[in-house]
Amino acid sequence: MFDPHLWRRQFPILERKVHGKPLVYLDNAATTQKPLAVLDAERYYFEHFNANIHRGVHALSQEASEAFEGAREKIRAFLGAAHVEEIIFTRGATEAINLVAQTWGRTHLEAGDEILISAMEHHANIVPWQMLCEMTGARLKVIPMDERGVLLMDQVDRLLTERTRLVGVTLVSNALGTVNPVTEIIRKAHAVGARVLVDGAQAVAHVAVNMVTLGCDFFVFSGHKLYGPTGIGVLYGKKDLLTAMPPYQGGGDMILQVTFEKTTYNQIPYKFEAGTPHISGAIGLGAAIDFVRSVGLENIAAHEDRLLQEATERAQRVKGLRIIGTAPGKASILSFVLEGIHPHDIGTILDNEGVAIRSGHHCAMPVMDFFSLPATARASFALYNTLEEVERLFQAIERVQKLFLS
Amino acid sequence: MSDLRDLYQEVIFDHNRHPRNFGPLPGANRHADGFNALCGDKLSLNLKVEGGIIQEARFEGSGCAISTASASLMTEALKGRREAEVADLFEGFHRMVKGEPYTVEMGKLAVLAGVSEFPARVKCATLAWHTLNAALHQADQPVSTE
Repeated sequence: MFDPHLWRRQFPILERKVHGKPLVYLDNAATTQKPLAVLDAERYYFEHFNANIHRGVHALSQEASEAFEGAREKIRAFLGAAHVEEIIFTRGATEAINLVAQTWGRTHLEAGDEILISAMEHHANIVPWQMLCEMTGARLKVIPMDERGVLLMDQVDRLLTERTRLVGVTLVSNALGTVNPVTEIIRKAHAVGARVLVDGAQAVAHVAVNMVTLGCDFFVFSGHKLYGPTGIGVLYGKKDLLTAMPPYQGGGDMILQVTFEKTTYNQIPYKFEAGTPHISGAIGLGAAIDFVRSVGLENIAAHEDRLLQEATERAQRVKGLRIIGTAPGKASILSFVLEGIHPHDIGTILDNEGVAIRSGHHCAMPVMDFFSLPATARASFALYNTLEEVERLFQAIERVQKLFLS
Repeated sequence: MSDLRDLYQEVIFDHNRHPRNFGPLPGANRHADGFNALCGDKLSLNLKVEGGIIQEARFEGSGCAISTASASLMTEALKGRREAEVADLFEGFHRMVKGEPYTVEMGKLAVLAGVSEFPARVKCATLAWHTLNAALHQADQPVSTE
């Protein structure tokens, strides 16, 4: 039986108090807390074998390189990718998407081509494509959604044309919690010869993925939403695509030979990893993946589903509360608004009760526009949250309403 | 520990529920927009300034309780003020919500002093004031305090 209280001990930060009350951390969709295993792994690296990688012949550099490449292999296994060189380290999901847009995109798109994204994308999966469209003259099209936050799949066939070069879609919506039918989208996109980038930033801590069976061309995620460090993320790309793509940034590590006349680029993945990478971050992410696997992603998902179900049922009983995002398939996110009370006021009052949630547009302004809202309040769950914390959330919401509506 | 009641005083709830000077202002000769994209607070401020005196101030938009109440209280405080006084009032208000000493007489605006205990909300309280500043200086870009 999965017991979140057991795992909570691995997260020292959860013991702290906020405004004199025990912290209830429900802003996991923004970033998750870090377990001791991750903190220890980074510290161990700095204390025992801090060195630059892929360079020195000395022992420390060898050990650091092994740990860094070991983390890459852990990520490959976690994503179920066929080849380790398909795993590129980036600063995060955002940089990974920009990398694809600026390298693959600039060499594969021309005026009149189309990029198809969904109505519930994070800004990180909108703006890089808009920038690419400006550069190439390509057009951005959008798969619409309904009032529940479910993509209108019957529109996809109409929106996909022979000019569609790329489909960018999020696996889990960070603003609504919707789990999207990416397998179906990939199949339809491939049928017209389009490539597919799946934004897994919000998904990887909740949904198991396998690159081989999923079949997407690119997949991106950030370490810090998977109990790992900030500043480290991953681009997965199919080997043949990555090999054919031009490099992203130029510099050390991404070259084989440099003369003033000509430079020969390194092979993948190094071709896309110019400069000294975030070594401790990569090692920390490897430790985070070990941690998640030891807990079991299926256990985590089942536990979070129970929390979400409880929270949803409680929310439905609160007068004046409207849940934003009511798709049948959701992961770990409860977005809501309270009648007559701005989400920022909710956020401040909840914080005063020790409950940390997010209020704002969640970097998904088109989603807010769709629901005609300036912002929502969002509670998002992780493996260490408990049913008692869901109770604390709703006690705090009651306090908000008392304060505002009395 | 900061007390919520210092922030959410009755006067603030009252101005949030029933904002004063809310709506369009025909014949306005000063205008500016304020927009805090992260919060989603939007504010449109219109002024009628004649002979260096603010005759009328009205606002429209939507925002949190703090930004709405602040805009409402500000428009009340502005009526009949000389344009030249506004800079001092702006400065005093700023210092007050940041918890710094100030010498300007704040009147009813003093109910917003509790904001200083909530640093994340200073931008909410000051949005209206920065928009005012922009209106008086005829800026054509929307203002943000984020």
